[in-house]
Amino acid sequence: MNGPYVPVVGLEVHAQLLTASKMFCGCSSRYSGAPPDTHCCAVCAGMPGALPVVNARAVELGLLTALALHCTVPRASKFDRKNYSYPDLPKGYQISQYDDPIGRGGFLDYRIGDRVIRWGITRVHLEEDTGKTTHTDVDGREVSLVDYNRSGVPLMEIVTDPEMRMPEEAREFVSALRQVLMYLGVNDGDLQAGSMRVDVNISLTGPNGERNPKVEVKNLNSLRALERSLAYEIERQGRLLAGGETVEQETRGWSEKEEKTVPQRTKEYAHDYRYFPEPDLPPLVIRQADLDRLTGTMPEMPMTRSGRFVSQYGLTPFHAQVLTRERPLADYFERAAAADRSVPPRIYANWITGDLMRLLGEEQRAAEEIPIPPENLAELLSLIETGEISGSAGKQVLDEMFTSGQAAHAIVERRQLRQVADSAALDTLTDEVLAANPGMVDQYRKGKTNVIQALVGQAMKSSQGRANPQVVRDLLERKLN
Amino acid sequence: MPISRHELEHLCRLAHIALDESEMVDMLGQISTVVDHVSRLQSVDTEGIEPTAYAVPIDSVVRDDDTELSWPTEAVLTNAPRRYGDFFEVQSIFE
Ligand SMILES: [Zn+2]
Repeated sequence: MNGPYVPVVGLEVHAQLLTASKMFCGCSSRYSGAPPDTHCCAVCAGMPGALPVVNARAVELGLLTALALHCTVPRASKFDRKNYSYPDLPKGYQISQYDDPIGRGGFLDYRIGDRVIRWGITRVHLEEDTGKTTHTDVDGREVSLVDYNRSGVPLMEIVTDPEMRMPEEAREFVSALRQVLMYLGVNDGDLQAGSMRVDVNISLTGPNGERNPKVEVKNLNSLRALERSLAYEIERQGRLLAGGETVEQETRGWSEKEEKTVPQRTKEYAHDYRYFPEPDLPPLVIRQADLDRLTGTMPEMPMTRSGRFVSQYGLTPFHAQVLTRERPLADYFERAAAADRSVPPRIYANWITGDLMRLLGEEQRAAEEIPIPPENLAELLSLIETGEISGSAGKQVLDEMFTSGQAAHAIVERRQLRQVADSAALDTLTDEVLAANPGMVDQYRKGKTNVIQALVGQAMKSSQGRANPQVVRDLLERKLN
Repeated sequence: MPISRHELEHLCRLAHIALDESEMVDMLGQISTVVDHVSRLQSVDTEGIEPTAYAVPIDSVVRDDDTELSWPTEAVLTNAPRRYGDFFEVQSIFE
C-alpha cells in the first residue's frame, strides 16, 4: 500500500507510424534487419542543406489517431525544431511539434472488468525517430556506434493527462491504446521491438494535497515492466516521503533483472530544447474535407465492437473481448458467422476462441494468418450442427483443415467421418461395448447410472468418433433397462 | 539588452562548442546585438494580427508515401568522424 499518498501518473507513448517511407524523405522506413546505414540519404543523415518534405501518409495516420482519441484537431499545425546535441540525432535537432500539435484534449475509454475508465489525452504530435546507438568496446576504447537507418522514421507521440491512477490502470490503458493503434493500422504494437515505446511520469500527492517531485521512468518495453515499475516507484517514493525525505526529480530506468527502477545517467543540459518553428517546412493546413474522409475510413474501435458482439450476436462479454482483442480475429469471426447463419454465433465464438486459438498458439501464428478461410470454418460447424459429424470428429477435421488447408467436406469424405446413425451398425456396436464392460453394466443396474457416460465414451472411441453420441446413449439405455 | 557571460557559456555547452577568451568577448557582443534587434522587433504592436512563423505564403507542401533509393552506404558515411564497419563511431556516450 502507499499509505496516505495517491499516485499521479502521466504517460508518454511513442509509436512508429506504418508508412513505407520516412517522415521527411523517401528512404524506406522498414529498417528492421537491414545492414547499418543502408536506409539513409542527405535528409535523414543530416547533411547540411538537405531539405525535408512531409510524408502525407504520416500526417493522415497521425490525424486518424487524433480523431480516434477524440482530440480537437486544429485548422493549422506546424513543425518545430527541438534542439539537443546527441550522436543519434545527426542534425543536432529533432523535427517535432511543440505548440501546434495535430491533436489536443482527447480521451480514451477502456475497460477493466465491468469498470469503464476514461483517461484524458493531452496531445498527439508528429516527429521523427532518432538513429540507433550501441555502446561497445573497440580495441580497448569505449565507443558508441550509430546506425542512422531508424533516423527519420515517422514517429507519433501521445501524451496523457496526469491522473490519479494505479499501476494496473496504467497497464490496461496502454494495452487498450495499443489495441486502438493496431485497429487503425497506424502502428504494429510491438513493445518488445521498440516500434511502440512507453515512458511514464509518476509523483505522489500527499494527504493534504501537496505535490511532490515527479520521476520519469523511461523505455518500458512490456506491459509488465510498466506495471511493475509503477508499483515499485509508488512504494519507493512513499517510503521516502513517510521517512521525511524528499523525492528527487530524476529519470530512471527499469531493470528487468533486479525488478526495480534505477537512476539513469542523463544528458546534463538535455532539457533546454530551445524550440523554434522549423523554417524548412511550411505550416500544414488541415482541411475539414480531409478529416471527414478519414473519419469515413475509421474502423469500429475495439470496445464498441466488443459491446456490439454482445448485443448483436448474444456472445458472452468474455468471448466478445477475446475476439475483439485483435482486429483480424474479430473480422474472421464476423465473416464466418455471416457465411452460415444457421449456426448460432456463440458456436463460432466457442470454436474460434477455443480450438482455433489453440492451434494458432501452437504454431505461433498471428490472427491474420489463420489458414482456414472463414467460409470453410462455417461449413465445418454446420456439419457438426446438423449432426453429420460428431463434435469430436469435428475437432479432428479442424486440426487437419489447419494443416492442409482442405475444405471440411473433403476431409470428412476421405476419412469417412460421417456419423453412423444407421441403427443396425450401432446395434452391433453397443452390444459389443456392453459385452466388453460387464463391470460397468453391473454398476449401472445397481443404480450407478452415471457410468452410462463412460459407456458412451467407449462406443465413441471404438467408432473413431463417428457414432452419433445421442443415438448411442438412447440405444445403451434401452438395452440396460 | 546584452546577454550574460553565464548565458553564453550555457549556450556553448548546449551546442558543444568551445570558445577561447577572445572569441567569448567577440560572441558576447555579436549575440547581444542580435538579441537587441529582436527586442526592437518585439516592441512592434501586433495586437489582432494572426501569428505566423513563415514569411512565404505557402502551406501543406507534402509528398506521397513512396520510397526512393537511399544513398550508397559509402556516401552516407562520407562525413563520419570515424567509422567502425558501416557504423558511425563516436566517443562513448551514456543513455
Ligand atoms: Zn533519407
